[in-house]
Amino acid sequence: MPMDAPLPQSGDPRLDDVWARLATVSDPELDESVAAMGFVESVELGADGDVRIGLRLPTFWCAPNFAFLMAHDMREAVERLDWVTRAKITLSDHCHAEEINRGVGSGHSFAETFPGQATAELDELRVTFRRKAFQGRQEVLLRRLLADGFTATQLCAMRISALAALELADAEGARMCQRYLEIRGEFGGPAEGSDAAFSTSEGEDLSPENFTEYLKDLRRVRMNAAFNANMCRSLLKTRYGEAGE
Amino acid sequence: MYKTGDGEEIFVVDAHIHLWDARPENQRNIHGAQFINCFHDYHKALSPAEYLWTAEKFQHYGSDALYEDLFVNGYADMAICQPTYLKEFYNTGFNTTEQNSKLRDKYPDRIILNGAFDPRDGEPGLEALEALVETYGLQGVKLYTAEWRGDSKGYKLSDPWAKRYLEKAQSLGIKNVHVHKGPTILPLNRDAFDVADIDDAATDFPELNFIVDHVGLPRLDDFCWIAVQEPNVYGGLAVASAFVHARPRYFAEMMAELLFWVGEDRLLFASDYGIWQPKWLIEKFMAFEMPEDLKAETGVDLTPEAKRKILGLNAAKLYGIDVDAKKATLGAA
Repeated sequence: MPMDAPLPQSGDPRLDDVWARLATVSDPELDESVAAMGFVESVELGADGDVRIGLRLPTFWCAPNFAFLMAHDMREAVERLDWVTRAKITLSDHCHAEEINRGVGSGHSFAETFPGQATAELDELRVTFRRKAFQGRQEVLLRRLLADGFTATQLCAMRISALAALELADAEGARMCQRYLEIRGEFGGPAEGSDAAFSTSEGEDLSPENFTEYLKDLRRVRMNAAFNANMCRSLLKTRYGEAGE
Repeated sequence: MYKTGDGEEIFVVDAHIHLWDARPENQRNIHGAQFINCFHDYHKALSPAEYLWTAEKFQHYGSDALYEDLFVNGYADMAICQPTYLKEFYNTGFNTTEQNSKLRDKYPDRIILNGAFDPRDGEPGLEALEALVETYGLQGVKLYTAEWRGDSKGYKLSDPWAKRYLEKAQSLGIKNVHVHKGPTILPLNRDAFDVADIDDAATDFPELNFIVDHVGLPRLDDFCWIAVQEPNVYGGLAVASAFVHARPRYFAEMMAELLFWVGEDRLLFASDYGIWQPKWLIEKFMAFEMPEDLKAETGVDLTPEAKRKILGLNAAKLYGIDVDAKKATLGAA
């Protein structure tokens, strides 16, 4: 609840800043932004650079570790704006809302927020799902390039600089390419312009001989995330109405 | 019994049904209210409009409605009643083996009764499991690894006590272990839905069958990978099959993945009744055809033979049901 009188909100360019930051925060499991998923319930600007953000999730039982990661990342992303002094994230209707709101609000780590219930921070979990995000983004881009007429041999030999220079005709293709290049530095080995554009997440080369099998493996990962995102959208809509779209 | 257009009779086993009591007077706390609300949201999110129930009906529908929905209108010949205790959320439990046994006693030809155990019950729980199996004559158990118990928010099948319980269950003649992953498990920093512990258990207990509810969703990818390697791992299609109505393309893609990695011999139809009703699930499943592009890409198809296996024959095999004899008994009744 706002404690002080709200400042004029609509049309305030700072709101756009906040939403732009929130668009950079992903649900790690789905590799989709919390803004696009409809998880951001509200954004309010308070006095002195205070921002209050409401976070809602598809179920009361959504995994507390992912909920914590999203709340934590939202706070961090919004506080990176130079006019923001404090971003307060309020998760509602969730089995661990109280602990997560207190923990994220106080700048506590996950292990500090759940004493006795966590044996480590969430770094490993984050890497696991970031790797799946890499695989998912790579798979859709590879399929797109195959459909555009590239051969497996060409794709296996392609360098990052050549991929970055590709001019894909439509916005969707350009976005696939951009999203893949954004994450390529985190997985797949060295990521200079002269390095392979496509390699396994461990940095192993792809070969035309096992290319089809490799794509089948990746498809399973991407399908899973897409299926979950669909389920989450359906549940969010049921729980909060059409505004959840 | 589902009859196809050309008169073929298809034997149907619904591998996952419930008869719960989630009425307010049985709710122990906010968690009891939120648990049934969440189920109701799943129901509303994926059901066709004409099958929607009010919150009141959804909290408690009773055995007469269940019989009607499953066996009169819903094409099921038999159904496996899976318990979910949740005694931390509901005063008398959500649906315990004991409560479900009344349903089995009322419809003994139709209902397969499964039990449950919780490895956190230690030594006394092992004795209780023995008594449970002897009292009710069980072939299967249903495990909910995310069940809250005191300070604990769940367990893994690779825990030492879980292994002792699986050993005990096997020695008592249990064959089938249905596993449902949930959103909380300790330690909280690990992926709560991780299905890797099923891999461990399936390796250690090759004579037990592990039926993974909801085909491991939301970890379909990891589930498929495990099922490729462990021949005693099966997938229950509850939740997944409900997408056939609301999101048919996703259903198609998911079935293509499952048929490719797991195969038609290890998938079991399940409605998760009362969350969804087998009538529309089965009608839409039977009418469904794998899109040509997915067939071409994955090389798999959901053929009539695959549908027969998934709808009943696979479950019949796991539970030792003589399909022809059963058809005759039910037909004569």
